Amino acid sequence: MSERVFLDAASGLPLHPAAREALLSALDDGWADPARLYSSARRARLLLDGARTAVADVLGARPDEVSFTPNGSTAAHVAVRGSLAARARVGRHVAHSAIEHSCVLLAISEGGSPDATSVPVDRLGRVSPEEMGAALRTDTALACLIAASHEVGTVQPVAEVADRCAASGVPLLVDASQVLGRAPVPAGWSLLTGSARKWGGPSVGVLAVRTGVRFRSPWAEDEHELGRSPGSVDLPSVLAAAVALQAATSSAAAEDARLRALVDRIRSTVAATIPDVEVVGDPADRLPHLVTFSCLYVDGEQLVRTLDERGFEVSSGSSCTSSALTPSHVLVAMGVLTHGNVRVSLSRDTRAGDVDRFLAVLPEVVAGLRAEAGVTGL
Amino acid sequence: MSPTELPAADAPAVTLDCRGRPCPIPVIELAKGLPTVPIGAVLEVLTDDPAAATDIPAWCRMRAQDYLGAEPVPTLVGPDQGAYSHRIQRRS
Repeated sequence: MSERVFLDAASGLPLHPAAREALLSALDDGWADPARLYSSARRARLLLDGARTAVADVLGARPDEVSFTPNGSTAAHVAVRGSLAARARVGRHVAHSAIEHSCVLLAISEGGSPDATSVPVDRLGRVSPEEMGAALRTDTALACLIAASHEVGTVQPVAEVADRCAASGVPLLVDASQVLGRAPVPAGWSLLTGSARKWGGPSVGVLAVRTGVRFRSPWAEDEHELGRSPGSVDLPSVLAAAVALQAATSSAAAEDARLRALVDRIRSTVAATIPDVEVVGDPADRLPHLVTFSCLYVDGEQLVRTLDERGFEVSSGSSCTSSALTPSHVLVAMGVLTHGNVRVSLSRDTRAGDVDRFLAVLPEVVAGLRAEAGVTGL
Repeated sequence: MSPTELPAADAPAVTLDCRGRPCPIPVIELAKGLPTVPIGAVLEVLTDDPAAATDIPAWCRMRAQDYLGAEPVPTLVGPDQGAYSHRIQRRS
């Protein structure tokens, strides 16, 4: 194996070269406190305003609707808790898809909603707008829908769900983590969150709250980040995140076509060359860069470790690979095989040759593990 | 319905006790065990593997066998808490 092949872009990317450059120059140029009045501080303020405007442009938002948070999970937690705090008089019920990111589910369960409705998904991992609409009640404070599944790639009907939420007067939180920098931002959100780690930036979260949407910071509100995230931001990281988002967005259309074709190749080759494999998620209406499949009778942890030994870095939703030893709640909600699971997600650095080498090695790795476990031919 | 009224066809012909054994062993044992029961007979898998509730029905779907359902294993306490009985009917 000549070099390692990174196939876990959905967890986080290495810094985009333009972001690295921006980060290094901002360490010299953007260190001052943007809230102060002297020259260095005013320079920092200009840079921060520029970053906010750049991110807002990509989101289709006004700059004053956008706040930066320390990371994506913080953005999700603040979005959920801030909505519940602001709408306490309406109620504390939350309606969410069964396949939200675990940080959103945790924010709901630990963040003051004693009462939540988890709306099921179909076998492809898609929620029904009708069922999401039916889950909205008079005491519903918030609805949550991920823009596209971070585990299986299936795009969600955000616009249709947003229409139903608007008709019921319920704000909709859209987790756009896997979409930002890769695909157009879906319309209709009231609150939107993202993570710069997913588009080639450093650890920075983004929270957008539409003007007029009720929101009260769950923290003590200070003068930073429009009162939504306390304390000074890490300005060099924020600048690098904005530069990375601009770079990713400008190449998104070309990358979409290239990665989509590579994922199609993975989907068809895996199904053709590995017996008893379930390739899951919507084959067409999906994220461009991500595919998930499960190999019957194979231990997911062994599969990840063996692929790593062969030079390929992938993630898995199998229970044995999670710290809680429970399978991925997304795969469970879809009712698809959870063991022997592999998630492959591609980045702008992934070459066609990397995918071909992965596809050449995978069948023998799976066959080897099955032979070792004595399950060949079962 | 009292237990005596249960149809005889639903009574498991074979019970595989996989409690304490991790994923994917319960599914592997099911795949090995089901051909040993007659077509139409029911096999029971006892397991506390949290993945089994998804993986056993998924296996039945992939292998075109009938998944009849699961219920908590009664009367057991302590280490067996969280164990379920999954019932699978051999169709082919």
